[in-house]
Formats: sequence, C-alpha cells, structure tokens
Amino acid sequence: MQSQLVYDGSFDGFLTAVFMVYEERLHVVSFTPQTYFQTGFFSERIEVITDLKKAARVWKGLEKFKGFRNEVYWSFLSEIEGNECVLLQAIQYVLKTAHVSDYGHPQLLSTAQVRKMVGREKHRMEAFIRFQLTKDVIYFATIEPDFNVLPLLVKHFKNRYADQQWIIYDVKRNYGLYYDLSSVTPMQMDFAKNSSEKSIFTQDEADYSELWKNYFKSTTIKSRINLKLHIRHVPKRYWKYLNEKSPG
Amino acid sequence: MNFERIKEKLTILADAAKYDVSCSSSGSNRKNINKGLGDSSGMGICHSYSEDGRCISLLKILLTNHCIFDCAYCVSRSSNDIKRAAFKIQEVVDLTINFYRRNYIEGLFLSSGIFHTPDYTMERLIAVAKKLRLEENFNGYIHLKSIPGASDELMREAGLYADRLSINIEIPTVSGLKLLAPEKDHKDFIKPMEKVKNEIIQYKEEKKLIKSTPKYAPAGQSTQMIVGATGESDKDIMYSAVHYYAKYQMKRVYYSGYVPVMQDERLPALGSEVPILRENRLYQTDWLLRFYGFDVRELLNNEHPNLDVDIDPKLGWALRNMHEFPINVNTAEKRMLARIPGLGMKSVHKIINARRYRKLSLDHLKAIGVALNRAKYFIVCDTRDWRFNDLAPERIKSMILQGSQSKYQKMYNQQLRLF
Repeated sequence: MQSQLVYDGSFDGFLTAVFMVYEERLHVVSFTPQTYFQTGFFSERIEVITDLKKAARVWKGLEKFKGFRNEVYWSFLSEIEGNECVLLQAIQYVLKTAHVSDYGHPQLLSTAQVRKMVGREKHRMEAFIRFQLTKDVIYFATIEPDFNVLPLLVKHFKNRYADQQWIIYDVKRNYGLYYDLSSVTPMQMDFAKNSSEKSIFTQDEADYSELWKNYFKSTTIKSRINLKLHIRHVPKRYWKYLNEKSPG
Repeated sequence: MNFERIKEKLTILADAAKYDVSCSSSGSNRKNINKGLGDSSGMGICHSYSEDGRCISLLKILLTNHCIFDCAYCVSRSSNDIKRAAFKIQEVVDLTINFYRRNYIEGLFLSSGIFHTPDYTMERLIAVAKKLRLEENFNGYIHLKSIPGASDELMREAGLYADRLSINIEIPTVSGLKLLAPEKDHKDFIKPMEKVKNEIIQYKEEKKLIKSTPKYAPAGQSTQMIVGATGESDKDIMYSAVHYYAKYQMKRVYYSGYVPVMQDERLPALGSEVPILRENRLYQTDWLLRFYGFDVRELLNNEHPNLDVDIDPKLGWALRNMHEFPINVNTAEKRMLARIPGLGMKSVHKIINARRYRKLSLDHLKAIGVALNRAKYFIVCDTRDWRFNDLAPERIKSMILQGSQSKYQKMYNQQLRLF
C-alpha cells in the first residue's frame, strides 16, 4: 500500500519524513505539504511531526556527500510538486551506492537540474532586487520569486551591504529578512496597515531612480537594438522589480 | 545635488562611454572585511540588460568627453560637433555609491577623453577610485581605463585602487592605426599594458612572501578591438588577440563590431550594418581557444583566413577534420570530447562523471543536455543502429543547416528572394 506522508512543508519536516521512511521501512511513498492536503483513495495517510533530532540525523548521514547534500537542500526550495519523491530516491541511491556524480541516474540528474533552476533564480534575485531608501533609512525591496530562494540570499546581501539596514520581503510567501547592521533575522509585516504610500520614501530616492532610468536609456546602442535577446536576459515576469523597466 | 545638471551630464557621458563593450564584474577577490560597503569576491552580476541585449553591470561613464585627439572611429573625437560635458570627482563618487546601495550596479567603469595631457587625465581617474576606496570604504568593483601615454608611476598607483585596468588597442593592425588615428603611437598603448602586467606579476610574487601586500588590479587587465572598420581578416584579429593573451596576460580581449558614428571616407559609411554575426563568431573562437583547448592555427590559417559565417567555428573545424571522428563518448579523453560539435564544457564534465557508472546511450546524452542535432554526426555511444556516421562533410553541413533555424539566416543567405 502507498504511504502518503503529510508534513509541514519545511526542510526539517522533509528530513524527518526521510528518517521515517528508513525507520518504518516504507516502500512507495508520496509527500504532501500540509497546506495542499488531499486524501488519496488508495493510500495510507501518515502524519509527520517535525523532529529536529531526526532531521539532524539524516543531515549528518549525508555529511560525506556535502556537495550532494547542498544540492538536495537547494532543489527542495524549488517547492515543485512531487519533487520530494525525486529527492528521496536520489538520497536512497546515494546512501546505497555513494555514486554522487552519476548523472546517468534519472533522479540524480533531475536533482542537479532542479538545483540549477533554483540557483538561477537566486542569481536573478541578486541581480534584479532594487532597494528603495525609506525615511527610516532602511533600504527596502519586495520580491515574488518562483522558488523560495530567500534563505539562500542571506550571505550575499549581508556581505555586500554590511553598513546599511535593509529588508528584502517575499510578498508571495509573506516573510522577509531584516538586517540591522549586525545580523539578519526573519520577519513578517502587515501590508494592509502601512499601505504602500509614496511618502515612506525620500525625495533622493525618486531622483536616483530617475537618474538610473536615464542611464539605462543612454547606455543603449540604438543601431544594435535586439529586443528578443533583451527579453531572454530579462524575462517579462521580472520587470515588476526593475524601476528601469517600469513605465513613466 | 543639482539634479537637472547631473541628469544632463549623465546622459552625455553615458552615451559617449557605451561603445566600450567590457562589462565584466567578475574575477576580483576584494572582500568586505571592514564592515564597509560592497563586496566583489563572488561571481559577476549583470543587474540589467539594455535593449540591445548587452549586460549592464557597471556604471559605465566617461569623466569627460573633451578630447585633444581626433581618432576617426571615435564619437568623442575633437573635430566632431557634439555636446561636451565633464563630471566633478565628487559627482562620480556620489552616483556610484547611491547606485550601488540600491543594488543597481556592481561598481564603476570609468573612462575619459584625454584633456590637457595623458597624465593629467589619468590622475583624475585615479582620484575618483582613491576617494571611493579610502573615504567611502567602497569594496565594489572598479574598472579604470589606462590612458595611452600615461606614466609608469601613475599606472602603478592606479592598480592599487582598481580591480581591473584596460586599454583599448581598438585597431588590430599597426597600419590601420596609422590610417585612423595618425596622432596616436602604437607604443603609447603598449607601454601602460606592459607596466600593468609587470606590476601584477611583481605583486603576486611579493604576496607569496608577505601576506599583507596590498592588492594590485586583482581582476587583471583587458583590451578591445574594433571589428570591421579597416578590412582586416578574422585571422588578423584572432592572431593579434592570441598575442595579447600570451604576451600581456590579458584576462579578456573584447571584440566590438564597428558602429558607424560619423561620415569619413576611411571608414564604412553611416548606416552600414553592424557586423554582429561576425562579432559572435569571433567570441566563439575566443572561447574555443581559452576553454576548449584549441590552438588558433587549427581554426584560422592561410587556407582559412576567415571564419565560416553560416556555422559555428567548432563545427567548421570538425567538418574539415572528419578523420578525427567519430568519437566514442564512453571512452574518449576529455580533450577530444571537448572537440565534438554540440558539446559544451558542462556536458563534457557531466559525461565524464556519468560514464564511470554505466555506458551512456543516446537518451542519457539527451537528458544531460547535449545538442544532439549537431553532435550525432560525430559520436558513437551505447546505442546501436547508428545511422549518422560515414556521411560526407557537405552532406552533414546541409543536414544540420536544414534542421536549424538561425536568426542570422537572412545575413548569410546569398540567394535572392522574390518576396
């Protein structure tokens, strides 16, 4: 009989589930993050209670394969439906054979490919995030990435903007990161209350934004216009972040 | 800040700087260790792309477009009737810092027209970089132009603040330079280049002994050549690129299709098309030399002084050297895998790893991401019933061209079209 593992959607939850698969010798399994729960007709529902100790044991079990372990984490953040099964099979294969770079194995190849997609999204966020300076002297940016890449952005932005306060907020998943000049902490905001009035930003902000748009136009070589290439590099779904692509 | 005035200057001086194609912001190792602003130790980032499809990663501007020289290929030449402007040092610093803090850019690319003397100009460029580093605690990327004819002392100082230095030789041949920029001397380009190379080597040596030796141009130097302005062949261009890579340890040589900016009988007429496809083929060749283990003489020689237009240079080489194929992907060494058309270095890496565990078939290669439409004529793998070997090169070429759609097709299709 198929087991349907219902877990809380977190990475630790997933690792706990992996632990249970080994502990209870489950065979064919599927994973369901709690929010999407739907009972299958022919499966046995098993509730996973996230257990940090169990999760840590699985994490440690993969210690020998650091590169692969990271690949699993990144790939997990994709939140692609059904990806957990692929990851489980990849983990099982690696623990059994230690063949971490066997790209002929479908689940291993898939893990590497999804990791790459997540990596690309992370890199795009590092490129396309645009901070706006608020009157409280906090550099503020909102994002809506396809994958849950916010945890992967901490190191980059902390190293880069060490001397300014900043917030990066994932509107889609409703949580953000706040850097207070010493450390980065997760945070949540209520947008209804402080609705996005223009006045929370400084006058300088509007000026620099204008200068940047102006620069963007001036640096284009008109006789080489290639909009197809332009859009391939900056897909339209990212335009909402970019002040240089916003109208007006 | 006098917003309107800055805006006007930015328009003029960004417009004049845009023909410099270098946009790289990678290869440095300047970490943010003092809780300052910025970090350029990671990979480069393209923060945007202009509508011509080129990456925008640095604020690329001229300090001024006043220039005492009159080079035919340059918009800022002294005889050209255009608006002139000049930034103050502080204005450039402010723009850089404020753009950087908003995550618009990776850093600054600062070039300049030559006013008064080369040394006077170089001093100004250095002053901007110095201020950013010492007063603003800025660890972002700084790319400075080496001004032709600048003194050794200034070049020595420039490298202490800049991540990359570059000097554009622009015209690949000495005779071409004489024709288009008669006041400039080839030696003026070479001297700063030589100096920077020697300083980089010396600082690296000292670093081995004394760990606290300051960084000197950690991202190396680069140069640029204009393509299609003086009728040089692809062989001329690539051979001189190879010379600069070897002799001056360039990190990059850039190729820039000539954009007609003014009427001059020595140059292609205004409105003639920018040789974008040719530029692309040159970059492909450059990559084959730097990453795929090709020697320039294999790709370009007296029998083949120019690259094929309709197919990429690796495919062109393969079709001329059919005796090297087919290659067995399950046994061939890395060097030969890299020579199979349709395989990039990422695929090569994956194949080498994957084949340790099982024999690879066509399906495996497809899943890995090999461009089989080209590769299939040149390989054998663990799939029987192979139909693609032992074809004549012309036949392979026509089959590949039939099966692919290039956006450049209209440029090399010589046949007249009726409609």
